[in-house]
Amino acid sequence: MSKKIEVKNLYKIFGSKPKLALKRLKEGWTKEKILKTTGQTVGVNNASFTVDEGEFFVIMGLSGSGKSTLIRCLNLLNRPTAGEILIDGEDIVKYDRQQLREFRQNKVAMVFQNFGLFTHRTVLGNVEYGLEIRNINKDKRRQIALEALESVGLKGWEDKMPTELSGGMQQRVGLARALANNPDILLMDEPFSALDPLIRRDMQIELLEIQSKLKKTIIFITHDINEAFKLGDRVAVMKDGKIVQQGTPEEILNNPSNEYIEEFVKSIDRTKVIQAKNIMRKPNALVSIKDGVRVAIKEMQASNISSVFVVGRNMELEGIVTIDDCVDAVKNKQSSLKELLRHDFYKTSPDEYIENLLENAVKSKYPIVVVDDENKLLGIIVRTSILSGLLPINSTNDTPA
Amino acid sequence: MNSFPELIKFDPGMYIEALVDWLILNFQGFFDALTDVIKWIVFNIQDGLSFIPWFLFILLIFLLGWKLKSFKSGLGYAMMIMLIGLIGLWEDMIFTLAIVITSVILSIIIGIPIGIYSAYNQKLEALLKPLLDGMQTMPSFVYLIPAMIFFGLGTVPAVFATIVYSTPPCIRLTSLAIKRVPKEMREAAYAFGSSRWQALVKVELPQAMPTIMAGINQTTMLAMSMVVTSSMIGAKGLGENVIIAINRTDIAMGFNSGISIVFLAIIIDRLTQMISKKYEHV
Repeated sequence: MSKKIEVKNLYKIFGSKPKLALKRLKEGWTKEKILKTTGQTVGVNNASFTVDEGEFFVIMGLSGSGKSTLIRCLNLLNRPTAGEILIDGEDIVKYDRQQLREFRQNKVAMVFQNFGLFTHRTVLGNVEYGLEIRNINKDKRRQIALEALESVGLKGWEDKMPTELSGGMQQRVGLARALANNPDILLMDEPFSALDPLIRRDMQIELLEIQSKLKKTIIFITHDINEAFKLGDRVAVMKDGKIVQQGTPEEILNNPSNEYIEEFVKSIDRTKVIQAKNIMRKPNALVSIKDGVRVAIKEMQASNISSVFVVGRNMELEGIVTIDDCVDAVKNKQSSLKELLRHDFYKTSPDEYIENLLENAVKSKYPIVVVDDENKLLGIIVRTSILSGLLPINSTNDTPA
Repeated sequence: MNSFPELIKFDPGMYIEALVDWLILNFQGFFDALTDVIKWIVFNIQDGLSFIPWFLFILLIFLLGWKLKSFKSGLGYAMMIMLIGLIGLWEDMIFTLAIVITSVILSIIIGIPIGIYSAYNQKLEALLKPLLDGMQTMPSFVYLIPAMIFFGLGTVPAVFATIVYSTPPCIRLTSLAIKRVPKEMREAAYAFGSSRWQALVKVELPQAMPTIMAGINQTTMLAMSMVVTSSMIGAKGLGENVIIAINRTDIAMGFNSGISIVFLAIIIDRLTQMISKKYEHV
């Protein structure tokens, strides 16, 4: 994967004397002190990060942490006070007016917290806006806009005014407007924060579907840690204009780099973040389909278990056999495992969240087996590993004995 | 008794007078040309309006009122305008209308661009604010003096004084409307690569339109209120009758021309208000 966005030592200071504030900031003054003595507001303080092509990068922070300021630097709605923003290797901060317009028209599109829809235009007129600015002819832009509307599930709504739509639908229009331009990069500034929880969940799922199809590079702002960890390939946590930690949700969850992030992480529902691949383990025993019943019995006895998974030559999953069936088979002088295979166990993919495994883990007699797309066995999940997976790693010590 | 010392004196009016003298001396040609242009506009509008037969005019008012508001309102407006005719002030009304329309058109041409520009430029706005306040609170008669000197007597100085008096709300509300365009909407326009002109024409102006129209409505009303004042320097129309009625202490004539002005004002106010409502989009 190639680097799509590279932000280096970015600063954004609001006020009439940004250079002075920048100097003070580099001398180590705090944001509060600078505001008090110089009246300048520090929005972004020395932010650096890279985003790969096709990556879903989430910037999380509470209000006032500078996350919206930061995302507005990426299309120069906010002009940075200092620092570089390389997109496809080009520093966009150095663009002149014409270059900037072309960059905004072709490479990047933005979705807004309160939708930012043009209330004097129809839904279609909104989605067409970016194309209109690029002077694409009327028929073509209508066609593209209609396709974009269809892709977000708004077919048939094109002649309505935005205010006639519900919040969730309005944001779909916002998303369609951004997608119609076919940008490489999608900037999403708290796009789902103004929506109620149920609609938010639907929109999150839909966004992930769209992302898996279109493979855009997405920068997504949120103040909701559950949303951040659900959507992000990688997450950056911001506080007071600084990026205090960045990494995959797993990394941040298990190694919060300071108390601030720990506080954040406490509120998270781990069942929605931890995936099967994070808690699965290698099975203690495995039997090949070519092996006989006696081998299976021996394996189970050795590991002190009552059932064992059976795999083929390339680890493809065949089924499971139980110790009772095997013992009966020996009595009946059967030696092949094929007839003994059972299939009433539960299979899952490595990317499944624990949330969705809980019910089956409770119901099933056997461990849950994790397989890849080609039905190859990757690992198993037993009930206890689900429970331990739910405990934060470094809080296990805190529990009273 | 405490009185202000007579020794210290400042006479700002003197400087204004000097400025006016200087303008006359150096820009006579310009004022003459301006006089011709304004005269031309007023007379053409007047000709156009007089060209419409009276019954058609009443029908037009009725249809406009009906279309924009309701059947009842249309009927009401038609009756009012009919009454002006019955009183015998039809031609005066047409003349007043021509002056008002000319003034409003010129006010809009001057006011909207200045309003837009001052929305973007804080310095200009800070400069304009006291000036606009002054233009609106200065007794309107005062404008008549330089207007007479620049443009002589009659219609043109009337239009000039009316413009000075009625442009401020147009500037103010245009500026306000542009500034009140929601931040995200403006950001969205720029985020998709609009030029400043595109953002203005495609997003900001349409969004600002209802408020701008409210400004135009106010401008029109102020222009109407100048009708009598400007008749003091010889502008024809309904105002002229009021002045004559005052001189003759003629109650009947005063009431007749007064009520005609009121009717005309009501009709113009309601119709422009309805038009501005058409531009609203929540």
